[in-house]
Amino acid sequence: MSERQLVVIGGGPAGMGAAISAYEAGVKDILLIERDQYLGGILNQCIHTGFGLSYFKKNLTGPEYAHRFIEKIQAIDNIEVSLKSFAVKLTKEKELIFIKPGELKEIKAKALIMATGARERTREMIHIPGDRPSGIFSAGLAQKLINIEGLLPGEEVVIVGSGDIGLIMARRFILEGAKVKAVIEIQKQSRGLARNVVQCLEDFNIPFYLSHKVARIYGKKRVEKVDVVEVDEDLKAIPGSDFSLACDTILISAGLISENELLEAAGIEAGNISIPGLFVCGNAYKIYDLADSVSRDALLAGKQAAEYLKGLG
Amino acid sequence: MKSVLVFDVLIIGAGVVGAAIARELSRYKLSIAVLEKEEEPAFGVSKSNSGIIHPGTQNSLNSLKGRLCLQGNILTRKISQELGLDFQEVGELIVAFNEQEAEILQNLKKQAQGLGVPGLKIVDKNWLRENEPNLNPEVRAALFAPTAGIISPYRLVYALCENAIKNGAEIYTNTKVENIARQEEYFEINTSRKSFRAKYVINAAGLFADEISRMAGISDFQIRPRKGEEFILDKKKENLTRHLIFPLPSKTSKGVLVIKTADGNPMIGPTAEDIEDKEDLSTSEEGLKKVITLSQRLVPAINESDIIAYFSGLRPVAGDDFIIRSEDQVPGFINVAGIQSPGLTSAPAIALMVRDMLKAHGLKLKKKRIFKSPRKKSIHLFKIPLTAAKKLIKKDAAYGDIVCRCEMVSAQEIKQAIVEGARTMDGIKFRTRAQAGRCHGSFCATRLMKILAEEIKIPLTALTKRGLGSEMVKKDRLDV
Repeated sequence: MSERQLVVIGGGPAGMGAAISAYEAGVKDILLIERDQYLGGILNQCIHTGFGLSYFKKNLTGPEYAHRFIEKIQAIDNIEVSLKSFAVKLTKEKELIFIKPGELKEIKAKALIMATGARERTREMIHIPGDRPSGIFSAGLAQKLINIEGLLPGEEVVIVGSGDIGLIMARRFILEGAKVKAVIEIQKQSRGLARNVVQCLEDFNIPFYLSHKVARIYGKKRVEKVDVVEVDEDLKAIPGSDFSLACDTILISAGLISENELLEAAGIEAGNISIPGLFVCGNAYKIYDLADSVSRDALLAGKQAAEYLKGLG
Repeated sequence: MKSVLVFDVLIIGAGVVGAAIARELSRYKLSIAVLEKEEEPAFGVSKSNSGIIHPGTQNSLNSLKGRLCLQGNILTRKISQELGLDFQEVGELIVAFNEQEAEILQNLKKQAQGLGVPGLKIVDKNWLRENEPNLNPEVRAALFAPTAGIISPYRLVYALCENAIKNGAEIYTNTKVENIARQEEYFEINTSRKSFRAKYVINAAGLFADEISRMAGISDFQIRPRKGEEFILDKKKENLTRHLIFPLPSKTSKGVLVIKTADGNPMIGPTAEDIEDKEDLSTSEEGLKKVITLSQRLVPAINESDIIAYFSGLRPVAGDDFIIRSEDQVPGFINVAGIQSPGLTSAPAIALMVRDMLKAHGLKLKKKRIFKSPRKKSIHLFKIPLTAAKKLIKKDAAYGDIVCRCEMVSAQEIKQAIVEGARTMDGIKFRTRAQAGRCHGSFCATRLMKILAEEIKIPLTALTKRGLGSEMVKKDRLDV
């Protein structure tokens, strides 16, 4: 088992920011592991602008924002990047096992930063009853299909939940020539940023139903329609308020969940870490609205890890 | 003139029953074909099975169910070994909450002993506290049946099909039977794709067995779908229970259970609701509430937020017992219908019964000199210790290329599943568990689609979730 000063798990905005910040604060041996084949994480599929307004005082796209970090990392010899590397096990002693094509590696880290990001809530998590046909996507998957793979998931879309990715994708589908029938949000206000409601829905005349929920999904093979119903203060369906929308595609944009399964499996509570030298940052720590805030959080985690290592002497 | 494919035996339906019969018959010098209307085997009733290999309790004496379940429980162990499948004997507990229910346990025990179910014992509160710590402490006693087990239902079907094919059987998918004509000496079957001819026809068409039977001229039974909604919990809860937990059975079902599955994820359900539509696989809010309430009564630690997936299955009900008979009015036609629980367990025994019926009706059964019974065990990274994974990855780099993060499935396993016959996204999911975890394929679907499209050489736009009409995406952005 080889020993490393600092291991950062995750090569999205959080992991990249933390690695750079730790290096700038004096750490000279950093291993950054990323499961995808590129650095950048979800930023790579976010080809819209709105990134970096506060962190760089510039309006950048996701890939541009990521690129600024990637360039920096590539210029730092002390940061070793291991791509297609998948962490499978972590212990309280900060021992890490990860696998990549051709090898399984065991490493002991003096300090470790978890920057594992988040996943989207699924249709199953919000318990929408009905059929289970094809045509139901998380908003992020639809984004990846269009922006990275060049595929159009569907042509008549209903979006469940008003998370930012869902709002961004409403506009994206319109720009691709698809119809967006509605965005349905169970709460009284939008879950996403006000600027996204204006720029992605209002500017494109997309119907936005607040205090409504999708009550049922229909379609034996592919999605055919959804039932929508208004809800009261207690989020209970109001009888008689229901209507149907024909569609071939449903996007779920109902919020993010921190990905902390590695910590959990090790018996460590992500929100309350009491293991010296172990840090969690970015969306793995808490769900942020902006990548800029993730980068700030990462900056702090990198500094703290550096201080911790200095303290070890 | 239209060409007709000629076989000795035609089996309609590639669910667990059809697959078990095909594999059994492939031991003999016969030409066999299985006709399946779906894109892949196991896409009907079998895919929604709980995966329980029942010990034989809860069946009435002198029923086909009772005899075949018991025999099937024993046969499944052998088949699992031969076909490299994981059969785990976890045992089941049928629990009683009060004195009155405890008395019913005694009756159940007596009845099951009468059928020959081995190892039964009534266990008390102390035993339960020790051996099933998460069980509701209000449970007073339970009937413990140690021979209950679990298996992956679809992997069982796939392995049976694969092995049957290896021994010469043919499986025609996307082949829906449209009509059956009885000629002098044989049956002629027209399907959505081709025409087939055989002297013997076995109807293992699951939910549609009544319609197939009617085509052959026998219409004295009807299949009524009985829906069951099931809810799968996160693998984090793998150790929720040590046994399968059953309430006392009702007239129509074994009740809402807490189930262990071969892949580790616990499952709760199923409901039992008689419906009309044989294709209605929808789930409901009421179903969820019911299953949560009833399963929490058995195991209070169950939490609604642990649910990562849900689905419905339809039991093909044709009265109280299975219908397995060779039809005298239509010589050569065998009905295997109404195979609901304990159908998965009984399937290998049903296969033997059908074989004997064929023999009795003049089919010559001559054993092949070589029957290739062993099947190489499919590798699942999530099931092997890391030391073994290390060796494997060193030997074959693609095992280190993780595609599905939630369930830890490698590119190599995906490719192997395709070699073994996966043609759809669901086919990959059932074989490997990729997309079956907590993110539901949000992260890995694109990678899976690319691997599948490349391996089977079809465009990404032609890929389906589970067959024609369920295409994953509508179009390529570059096609104008």
